[in-house]
This record gives sequence, structure tokens and C-alpha cells, in this order.
Amino acid sequence: MKCGVYYRKLKDRLFFLTVCMFSFLTAVPLVAIISEVVLKGFRQINWAFFTEQAPSTLDAMIARNSGSILPGGIANGIAGTLLMVAAAALMAVPAGILCGIALAEKPKSFFSGTVRFIADLIQGTPSIVIGIIAYIWVVVPMKTFSGFAGSVALAIMMLPLIIRSTEEALKMLPSSLKEAGLALGSSYTSVVIRVMLPSAFGAIFTGILLSVSRVMGETAPLMLTALGCSVINWDIFTPSSAVPLLVWEFYNDPNLVDMIWSSSLFLLALIFIFNLISKIIIRKYV
Amino acid sequence: MRDKIFKFLLLLSSVLVLLVCGGMVFSLVSGSWEAISAFGFWNFLTSSDWNPVPGEESYGALPFIAGTVMTSFLALVLCIPFSLPVALFNGEYYKGKKIAAVIGSVVDLLAGIPSVVYGLWGFYTLRPLITDLGLSDQGFGVLTASVILAVMIIPYSASLSSEFFSMVPGDLKEGAFSLGATRYEVIRNVIFPFAGSGVFASYILALGRALGETMAVTMLIGNTINIPSSLVDTGNTMASVIANQFGEADGLKLSSLIAIGLLLFLITAVINFIGKMVIKKFS
Repeated sequence: MKCGVYYRKLKDRLFFLTVCMFSFLTAVPLVAIISEVVLKGFRQINWAFFTEQAPSTLDAMIARNSGSILPGGIANGIAGTLLMVAAAALMAVPAGILCGIALAEKPKSFFSGTVRFIADLIQGTPSIVIGIIAYIWVVVPMKTFSGFAGSVALAIMMLPLIIRSTEEALKMLPSSLKEAGLALGSSYTSVVIRVMLPSAFGAIFTGILLSVSRVMGETAPLMLTALGCSVINWDIFTPSSAVPLLVWEFYNDPNLVDMIWSSSLFLLALIFIFNLISKIIIRKYV
Repeated sequence: MRDKIFKFLLLLSSVLVLLVCGGMVFSLVSGSWEAISAFGFWNFLTSSDWNPVPGEESYGALPFIAGTVMTSFLALVLCIPFSLPVALFNGEYYKGKKIAAVIGSVVDLLAGIPSVVYGLWGFYTLRPLITDLGLSDQGFGVLTASVILAVMIIPYSASLSSEFFSMVPGDLKEGAFSLGATRYEVIRNVIFPFAGSGVFASYILALGRALGETMAVTMLIGNTINIPSSLVDTGNTMASVIANQFGEADGLKLSSLIAIGLLLFLITAVINFIGKMVIKKFS
């Protein structure tokens, strides 16, 4: 009786259990990664970790041999990440929001379709290729690696994310909102700036936060552009460090290898906090 | 007047996006021109030389194309048994329930972990595991890189395909249920046929992600310049060879690396285009 009811029910049950099992298995890598990063990383987290620059190989070797935790911290990386992400946001956010408004304004025109297609194309481009672009555009003409080149790369990566989230946010607004503003005689500009952008602020801001958290962990484009720097450096036109770049440097230096977990912990915590804030904003305002 | 300026700004920002993309293509093509004209496009694609000795320099992209194709397709195969159940779990069985939101956040968090942290985890946890299983001596290679890549692309394919599963109209499913079908039969005979092309597209887009992943793969694939002879052999992908060699490259070698970048750009563009087209047809 291959087609009997019991056989079919059994098959249904088994399928359901398999789906559940594999779904929960997906959480295993997440738990494993987070627990490994936290367990191996928390020992290094102290005040100096946030305020001092990365130790030299020699200092780290001495500390290692005496069995104590490594001196120094990742302040140069934190400074570089802050500087580069802020500069990237400064470039990408205004352009992205304006472009998002333009797309939401004429959603069906051929031009909008093209822009949307190109934005998707940029979003799909591998980060390492964007690193090459920023290298050709900024590093070659300026003849030096720089934090600015890194932020150009990050800005290119942020741009399509902000465009799409702004467009989606504006599309969700009821059209009566805009019509009411126009009917009251206000100009198109003031309707957009005074009515539409404030109403969609939560969703747009969430998009910005998510795009920042996306680019904060990027290593590959920065390897080709910002290069890295062993001291705290606030000059954007010279080589600059970043937290993910430091993780990569520590990974390659056997004396500093203990620092990778604490730096990763810092990076993960930062990204998760950004994600959390954006979730809270979504729940509250959207 | 203000309206005119504002509308001009809107237009300008849209044109900026087009210019950025046009500039990207132009820079990649002009940067790789030296290599392409020296070796010829077809020859560059099919040559497996990588000889940086001055005077007899010769570069070809074949080993890296092979490495990229092997790692990303293997990653895709490995990711399906996990992302499909997650998508069904979130988009069908527990659609809109709390437990689905929990799994959804797990998937979101997985997507948020930086590539370099995945690489560390692969290096310190996964690699010893592969060595212990006796699959390879050092644990580096195509297989290790693919497993990490699979974990990295599960979130993309799972969240996208769960959306397509949840878009299946309720009356179609109810029709099947009222005929006495079990849930499994509904999934197989109603949901899969309906959402199939969308789910297929989500895997294509995930493949596009896997092709361009750099850091985790660079840390795990072994970085040897050869066509991997087996799944546990070491190799190099297009992204990892750029990451490894770009720093000390100049002249013809730099141009060859940029040409590999151009190639990677074109491949991901085509893959993403196909994925987007399938989705467009679906909706």
C-alpha cells in the first residue's frame, strides 16, 4: 500500500522534521562563530584596547613570552574606520537620497528603469573590484594610498543600498500626503523636503544605518586603497588603518595573532548594535 | 526657481550613478588594455601561465577562473540543503510566527558577519576539522573555501526564496488542501511549481555573491597558482589572486590583475542580470 493515507502522512511528517532540523542547523555556524569570537576575544578587551594603537611586533613578542596579555589596542583602526565610514557616508548619503527621490518620483520612466538597473549592477559588483576602481581613480592620480581612496570605495558600495532603501521608503508613503501638500499650494521642493522626507525619515535612516553596517566590515577594498597605518591618523589624505584591516594584519603576524579575536569581537559588536538600532527604529517608526 | 534647482539636483544625482558605473567600466577596460593587447583576450582567458620573471612575463586567467567556478558552484550545492529548509520554514510552515522571526534574525546576523571574521573561523575551526577528517594535509583548498562560502551565501538565498514561498496565493494552497493533500504534497505540487522560478533566481543571485567573495576565500584556498585537480586541492580564485598580488604588482602584472577584475565584474554582472530577469518574469 504505497499510496495509503498513513504512508502519505508519514512522508509529510518526515519532511516537516527534516525542514525543522536543517533550519535549526543553520544557526550552528552563527553560534559557533560568536562563541569562538567572544570566548577567545574578551580577555584582551580592556581600556587600553580602545585608547592605544596596535602594538609593535617586538612588544607583542615580549608580552607573549612572559605570558601576559598583549599591550596596546586598536585605536588606530577605530579612528580610521570612523574617519573613512563618515567620509563615505558624507559622499553617498546626499547623492543616494536625491537619486532615491528621483526614482520614486518617476517610477515607470525608461530613465528610472536604467538608473535602477545600473544601481543593481553596482550593488552586485564584488567589493574587490570596487577596490580596484578606487585604486585607479584616487590612489594613482594622488600617488599615495589614502583613507580618502578607501572612503571612495566604501561610498560606491553604499550608494546603491541608500538609493534603493530611500526609494522603497518614499514608495510606502500614501500619495494623498504629497497631493495634500501640493493642493495647499506649496512648491514641489517644499513638499518633498518638509512633508515626504520627514514622514519617511525612519525608513531612510534605517537604510543608511544598514548600509553603514554593511561597509564597516569590508576588508578587501581597503587593502587596495587605505593600505593600513600603525599610528592614530586623522589625516584622510594619507594611508589609514581600519578595524577589519587590523584583523587581517594581526592574522598575518604570528606575534599579534592573539589580537584577532578581540578586534573581531569589537567589529561584530559594532555591526550587531547597528543592526539592532535599525530594527528598533523599524518597529517604532515604520 | 527653487523647484528648477531641486529637479536639476535630482537629475544630477541620477546621472551621477550612471557616470559612476560608466567610469568603472572605462577604468577597468583602460587599466587592463595593456595586458589584453599583449596577450590577446582569448589567449588571456585560456592560458594557465603565471610567470612574473622580467623579460618573459606571461599571464593567463584560466587557473583563477577554474578556482572561482569550482568554489562557487560547490558552495551553491552545499548551501541548498540548508537555505531551502530555512526558506520553507519561514515562508510556509511558520509564516508570520515568532519562531520564524527568530530564525529570520539568525539569518540576518549571519549576513552581517564580515568576510574576514568568516575567514578566521574557517582557518581556526573548519580547517582543523578538515585535516582531522583526513581530507587534506593542511586543510587548505577548494572544499574548505566552499564550505565557508556556502555558510556566507545561505542568508541571501534563504531570505529571498522565503519571500517567494510566502507569495504563493492562499487559495491555490487551500484548493489542494481541500482535495485532501498533505502539507508535503502541497509544497511539492503547488508551492514549488509556483515559486520555482523565483527560488531559482535567488540561487543565481547567491551564486553572484559567491563569485566575488574575497577575504574568507583568500584565507582558506591555499593561494597556489594552478588549476585545482580535485576538491581538496589548493588553488586560487579571481578575487583571491587580486587580493594577494595587487599590492606588489606593477606594469604588465598590474594590468593583468585589473583584467581579471574586469572579467570578474563582467561575470557577476551577467549572473546578476540573469537572476533579475528571472525575478522580473516571475512577478
